[in-house]
Amino acid sequence: MQINVYVYIFVMAFSTWIMRVAASLIMKKPVENRFFQSFLYYVPYVTLAVMTFPAIVEATQSPLAGAAALIVCIGAAWAGRGLFTVAVAGCLTVLVLELFL
Amino acid sequence: METNRQIFIQGCRHGLPIGLGYFAVAFSLGIAARDYGFSAAQGFIASLLTYASAGQYMGFALYATNTTLAELVLLMFIINARYILMGFALNQRMPEGTPLSTRLLVGSCITDEIFGITIARPGIPTPYYTFGALITAVPLWALGTALGISMGNILPARIVSALSVALFGMFIAVIIPPSKKDKAVGAAVLISFAASYAAVRAPWISSLSQGNRTIILTVVISSVFALLFPRKTEAVSEGGAPDAD
Repeated sequence: MQINVYVYIFVMAFSTWIMRVAASLIMKKPVENRFFQSFLYYVPYVTLAVMTFPAIVEATQSPLAGAAALIVCIGAAWAGRGLFTVAVAGCLTVLVLELFL
Repeated sequence: METNRQIFIQGCRHGLPIGLGYFAVAFSLGIAARDYGFSAAQGFIASLLTYASAGQYMGFALYATNTTLAELVLLMFIINARYILMGFALNQRMPEGTPLSTRLLVGSCITDEIFGITIARPGIPTPYYTFGALITAVPLWALGTALGISMGNILPARIVSALSVALFGMFIAVIIPPSKKDKAVGAAVLISFAASYAAVRAPWISSLSQGNRTIILTVVISSVFALLFPRKTEAVSEGGAPDAD
């Protein structure tokens, strides 16, 4: 059974908002639990990494182009390029490579 | 002395380049959303209300798999857990006795990039600044999503293929700089890549939905790293912010 799409969107937005204001709601003084802080520290990187690979290779018409984009993006980010530049570099890699692949 | 009006305008100015970046990335999010069955209006509303790239991408993907609302909420909590950390970092800079309304308004404006410019700005975080940035950047995010959904199918397949990589490029731009600075993060990222690849093929776990796989891998890998490589307690004020461009 498919949930009503607007209900779904609202729940998605509301549960995201809760995370934004969670600290504002509960914070009286800094949390000192070391495990909790450490866990939260790693979460964004692990989540994004899990979502990026192998999905990036499957998103393009040619898996090789996706793999090349992955390498180019990592290289650009490693060289300290910003969010926008890295994203554009990935797109251009796929665009050029898929002319040949 | 800066007036609140001047601070708000400064927030708008700083939000504009962020919004332009959002626009391009949202276009690729829109292409994905279209594949998962969302209309341009639905995508516009979702982006306007949620304004969270990774969360929305996962939310859209999950919708197509007939998920439950409980599963959605759990996933949003896990995937947006970094916002809690950012919220703590911002609230830590606000003096005791700051009204709850101020704390809530600042918290409501958190995105990776707005957090980045807010924490980088000297002084106490103020909603005038964060709201100025939010009100400039988020409409561009929503517009990009809607255009991605409505125009994604009139673009040649080659262009769509290229644009669909933008979102992952953005994720990579968030995870690589801290990986370079902190070997533990770098190791966590590499292990996440490998585990995610294996999870698509391994028995049992490959039969789970993509959302559940993401939740399980995130909790397990982050917990293991938190136990093996705990952070120094003051690290919370640094947060996991990407560069504020």
